[in-house]
Amino acid sequence: MTATPTPITRRRRFLDNRAVRRFMNNPLALIGLFMVVGLTAACFLGPLLLPFDELYIDLRARFAPPLTGAHIFGTDPLGRDIAARLFHAGQVSMAVGFLAMAISTVIGTVIGLVAGFRGGWTGTILMRLVDAFLSFPSVFLLLTLAAFIKPSPAMITLIIAVTSWMEVARIVDTEVKSVREREFIAAARMLGLSNSWIMFREILPNVLGPIVVAATLTVARSILMEAYISFLGYGIQPPLPSWGNMLNSAQQYLAAAPWLAIVPGVAITVAVTGFNFIGDGLRDALDVRSHNG
Amino acid sequence: MARFLIGRLWQSIVLLLLVSLIGFMVLNLAPGGPLSQFALTPGMTKEALDRIAEQMGLNRPLPVQYLDWLWKLVRGDWGKSFRDNRPVLDVIGSHLFATLLLMGASTLLSMLVGAWIGIRSAVRRGSLFDYSMTVLCFVALSVPTFWIGLVAIFLFSLRLGWLPAGNMYTVGDGSVRDILIHLVMPTCVLALVNVATWARYMRTATLEVINQDFVRTAHAKGLAPRRILMKHIVGNALLPMITLAGMQLPTLLGGALVTETVFTWPGMGRLFLDSLGYNDYPVVMGLLMFSAILVLAGNLIADLLVAFVDPRIRLE
Repeated sequence: MTATPTPITRRRRFLDNRAVRRFMNNPLALIGLFMVVGLTAACFLGPLLLPFDELYIDLRARFAPPLTGAHIFGTDPLGRDIAARLFHAGQVSMAVGFLAMAISTVIGTVIGLVAGFRGGWTGTILMRLVDAFLSFPSVFLLLTLAAFIKPSPAMITLIIAVTSWMEVARIVDTEVKSVREREFIAAARMLGLSNSWIMFREILPNVLGPIVVAATLTVARSILMEAYISFLGYGIQPPLPSWGNMLNSAQQYLAAAPWLAIVPGVAITVAVTGFNFIGDGLRDALDVRSHNG
Repeated sequence: MARFLIGRLWQSIVLLLLVSLIGFMVLNLAPGGPLSQFALTPGMTKEALDRIAEQMGLNRPLPVQYLDWLWKLVRGDWGKSFRDNRPVLDVIGSHLFATLLLMGASTLLSMLVGAWIGIRSAVRRGSLFDYSMTVLCFVALSVPTFWIGLVAIFLFSLRLGWLPAGNMYTVGDGSVRDILIHLVMPTCVLALVNVATWARYMRTATLEVINQDFVRTAHAKGLAPRRILMKHIVGNALLPMITLAGMQLPTLLGGALVTETVFTWPGMGRLFLDSLGYNDYPVVMGLLMFSAILVLAGNLIADLLVAFVDPRIRLE
């Protein structure tokens, strides 16, 4: 620390924050951040740099292996450029992942808050409901719902959200139970604040850390789930590409055109690994308790 | 012990009821609800459909319908497959063995490999082995199972020709050796994700035990490090693994579904997807409920097993 006081800017304060510093010192978290930012940039900026769009059909270049001419990742059975499709699919898959995360985090947070704050019968019933949802293998539940309800991208997002809010609810419930007993909540009660004010304005800000961690991991999970059900043919429907349904059509050409399967699979793995790395880094950076011991 | 047993059983029954409630809600989301079977029949009229609805009791209030459905479920009357008119439980039963074989083999493999990686990582904490395994486990948890399956088929069946690409046995063979050869790839692929889970838990569990007083005492007594590791540390770290095995069941079943699809393994997952393709809703619903019940039963058995092994829990 220098003796002369330096003017503290917003940026400076952000970088000096203990959690931010810890995150920045975690190589895996930084790699994760790099993977996710890189992939997102590629998906949104890549299409501008490519000479083809995802629907352009080049009949003379069907099944072209990677690096033929301008087709960096090759072409598919119809002669469409895989790179263009991959980037477009990435936009779809990541959008589904993010929106599903947002919806499921809201559901999970509200249920966890109510369950943890009310406790008693309400809490027990809500948490048993969480257990019951967790008893279904999520792929079974997802596929059944996707088969019963006409799958549009919005519906798929909603279905993924409906089957992945439970982890968040559990984490929030546990955290709220410990925050609830602290003095400032007793003070808030004495001030006569309403229950919903206490839940959302007093408790919620104090459990944001675990929620952020769970939300990041939920993005990873949602992207993976979308890939699973789209691969099996019940998710995002062609011609709209997603990483999962690109793999669905790749299966039958595995011997002749393995790049059809390899390219989207690598993209999914990079995205999911990236979010998992970030989530784990955030857990280390935000979870104060694990650093006291 | 009796109190623990009753409490735990009661908990399972409540969960089972909630699971059935969710199942019933899902059932009513099916296009045409329970009537979908008849709605697809050619020449079906609106009047005939209404008549069938009344015969099936579908014009009654929902709670009554739910109780009726639940009672049938309890009695083992799970409806008939649209496809071949066989009772749903029979259809599931004939696919159960293949799935259990796959799940059992892959659990055994993943537990052995995962425990080995976890213990080694914990003992050599901070080593290159520890670090690279941590990264590898993350990647293993992030790779889609089906994609690894596709890559494995491409490498080991199509390119190298070492292993069969799918099915449970060669037509006309079906000997134990033949089944085992077909089992290798799906087992390894399904085990991959679980190895990562096991390794991470085993590492944490071992690290928790490794610094405890009784381990230091054992060292002070002059016991051989290997003996301390195997008997004192691993013995204690293994206990939570039983509970974890129960908790892993839904993931394992879901993974089995996807793996079976890629390798055309004739188990429950394969049946589930085929039934979806044929709009065979009774079988789909049956499998959904059956898998949840399997998970609940697995968790119950795991908890009872832990209580049986560890007196600390049942005395609480």
